[in-house]
Amino acid sequence: MRDDHLITAKQLSREDVESVLDRAAEFDADPAAFGDRHEDAILGLLFFEPSTRTKMSFETAIKRLGGDAVDMGTVESSSVKKGESLADTARVIEGYADALVLRHPSQGAAKMVGEFVDVPLLNAGDGAGHHPTQTLLDLYTIRENAGLDDLTIGIMGDLKYGRTVHSLAHALTNFDADQHFISPESLKLPRSVRYDLHESGAMVREHTELDDILPSLDVLYVTRIQRERFPDENEYQEIAGEYGIDLETLESAKDDLTVMHPLPRVDEIAPEVDDTDYATYFEQAHNGVPVRMALLDQLLEGRQ
Amino acid sequence: MSDHQLRVSKIPRGTVIDHIRAGQALNVLAILGIDGESGETVSVGMNVPSDRMGHKDIVKVEDRELSQDEVDVLSLIAPEATINIIREYEVAEKQYLERPERVVGVLSCPNHNCITNENEPVETEFDVLDDGVRCEYCETIVREDLADHIAVE
Repeated sequence: MRDDHLITAKQLSREDVESVLDRAAEFDADPAAFGDRHEDAILGLLFFEPSTRTKMSFETAIKRLGGDAVDMGTVESSSVKKGESLADTARVIEGYADALVLRHPSQGAAKMVGEFVDVPLLNAGDGAGHHPTQTLLDLYTIRENAGLDDLTIGIMGDLKYGRTVHSLAHALTNFDADQHFISPESLKLPRSVRYDLHESGAMVREHTELDDILPSLDVLYVTRIQRERFPDENEYQEIAGEYGIDLETLESAKDDLTVMHPLPRVDEIAPEVDDTDYATYFEQAHNGVPVRMALLDQLLEGRQ
Repeated sequence: MSDHQLRVSKIPRGTVIDHIRAGQALNVLAILGIDGESGETVSVGMNVPSDRMGHKDIVKVEDRELSQDEVDVLSLIAPEATINIIREYEVAEKQYLERPERVVGVLSCPNHNCITNENEPVETEFDVLDDGVRCEYCETIVREDLADHIAVE
């Protein structure tokens, strides 16, 4: 497999992260100034799941760099519908593109495709597995708002299936960050992520109540509790209420708490929070473009 | 001839897998793909008294030596087992199992959402941990009931 595939945040060292974030800051300062940076570069978008932010931010990023994107369209309109394997689809599209972006519902899909293609591959989400480019924009947002060292962060919601959570937790082990995970028992971190965090010596605590830890947090990263995971709607309603935040919830928070969410949200964060200084989730979504510009710039620099 | 002699009677050539954890003999047969239809002569002892283990299982397969893949999987479910290669009624080689660093193509992943369970040209691959195995693709850790995931033909 190529060294420059980005499959999991576990691949990223502190130096890797800082290099991308520093470059992203340059693009963020004047995104329109780099339109001749990678003229003629083509990015292949393989999205096997619906996506708005991730897909559009990659398209925007490559266009800001002077390149363009080709898109396989929906699964229904592609050869996948005829029974073509993912491995074959990727091998065909790599012939059209200088780099590939893959979003797929199966865990391990990006690792497998990485074994078949010769152009750089970015994992844009593989089932409940990893989402490393989201993590880089999350880290960019955290660095801008709270700094990445001496950080106390709470990560709340569906920790079992939340790929953004898994990737963020891995990446934070590079920094001096105390990680607190808040979830219902049934949606705790999966065994594999806890294993890695333990192996890395990370400072990790698990909670079922946000109140226990909220006053000490610098960052609260909220994710959607996924209704479809619950066999019983009443059980979901009980839990969802407990893991939502509003102005009342935030009364015990630090004044400079940063509240993040990978979006889309449903009812985890009340709209009344949007107008406060806590709310950073729209800024976080905006940061997807400069961070993905930085990643693509790094990958395409090695293009022959 | 005593019962004891019957249990340990020598075979002319083949493999004796001894010191299998009691109750695992049928899983060992599954790993070796032995279902009685291939014509091999197989002897199985279950819950046989053992000085070292209290009770153990033992499997003797005539006219067959094991592949490295088979030995690797055996090491996961029967780590204390010894493998004796028999030639001319004598133990020609004695092998103690060592846990491999990884096993390829011999276990299926229990995560239904793992890419290895789809119709893709990819073999399963598991890292062997101190107390289980971990899928190289979806990273699922399996610690219990490994034998349930054996995919050896």
